[in-house]
Amino acid sequence: MWQITASQLSQKFNQRLVFENISFQISSGHSLAFIGPNGSGKTSLIRIICGLHRPYHGQIQFTFKNRLVSGRQVYSQIGLVGPYLQLYNQLTAFENYAFFARIRGLAVDSSHLKRLMDRFGLRGRELDELRTFSSGMLQRMKYVIAVMHQPECLILDEPTANLDEAGAALVYELMQDQRKNHILIFATNESSEVKLGDNHIALGA
Amino acid sequence: MHSVREAYFIFLKDFQLEFRSRYALNAIFLFAVTTLTAVSFSIGPQRLKTEILSPLLWIILFFSAMTGLSHIFVREEEQQTADTLRLVTSSTAVFLGKWFFNLILLIALEIIIIPLYLAMLGVEVGNSAVFFTVLLLGSLGLSSVATLIAAIISQASAKGALFAVLSFPISLPVLISGIHATRIALEGGTFSDGLPDLQILFSFSVVIFTLSVLLFEFIWRK
Repeated sequence: MWQITASQLSQKFNQRLVFENISFQISSGHSLAFIGPNGSGKTSLIRIICGLHRPYHGQIQFTFKNRLVSGRQVYSQIGLVGPYLQLYNQLTAFENYAFFARIRGLAVDSSHLKRLMDRFGLRGRELDELRTFSSGMLQRMKYVIAVMHQPECLILDEPTANLDEAGAALVYELMQDQRKNHILIFATNESSEVKLGDNHIALGA
Repeated sequence: MHSVREAYFIFLKDFQLEFRSRYALNAIFLFAVTTLTAVSFSIGPQRLKTEILSPLLWIILFFSAMTGLSHIFVREEEQQTADTLRLVTSSTAVFLGKWFFNLILLIALEIIIIPLYLAMLGVEVGNSAVFFTVLLLGSLGLSSVATLIAAIISQASAKGALFAVLSFPISLPVLISGIHATRIALEGGTFSDGLPDLQILFSFSVVIFTLSVLLFEFIWRK
């Protein structure tokens, strides 16, 4: 059982307080949505949870079976999809997959990639460079990389950005699967997506 | 051990990317070859003294390195892949992978530039063993400095100008000792003649590499 605990998180940019005293706790089998207008700090909060940004105040802790985990163990359990997170456009889908698989200590298995590409509607594009992909296809590819290691904690910032209806349906299916047994955290402006969160935190309110 | 393994994969990935774009490779070699050709034509058949030849080599190496070695981090920031890398691996692995890539790039530059330098300027090396030891130790120091400074400037706006400005004062011990030891090597001096400079080069490389590994976390994690 994994648990994420955020205590008194605050963020400031150039003396402007974006949010303050955000606290929450989420464990496996639950989901949490961050909602709020543009500039309310949803992305900053997501980045802080993933360790990409230091909070101005407060802390975030990951525990597994009530034992504190940190560093490598944490980022091996996170899958993140966000507009600021890009893949290597000059490499093919397979080369991107192989790089992230090796870094994460997984075997490079082309049949595994094929299954993932099929799942996200990218069948047959394994050997194409990502610079030939459309923005929607790139978003789908980000999901391939984010879930390849079956992360305990899936974190999505604007989950359906750039996706068509079919792509959005695939993402909703993934989110439903994730929230059953694992942790799902997402930030959205879409009212239709908020219901996928068991709880929500409204920022900028 | 994890970090070394991951560093190797980062090196392979950068090698693949560089092989596709050849951005750093072209920038470095073009600068080096242009400088050598210009100097060679301007001096004609005249033989330069070792006091001039030695700094000339290090000027070419330093500024060639400055034109291309920053690309390793600038590319990650400009293409917004730096966060992806931050998310999946440790800062130590990133530094080691990038440092090794820059070292290999610098050695590749030297493999091409040194024969051209010797042939075009009519240079005779008195003691090859000392000469190549100086180059190897100098490359270790320069690549460490370049990798650390590249990580700093990749988050700034005036990247090109900042890279040389920040790298120069830190690289000064490498340049001064490198120039002096190269002169000794060209004049046929032995290892014991160049020992003080070689010791400085070795110590500097070890210190700057260790400091870079320790400080990199604070530069890489915002």
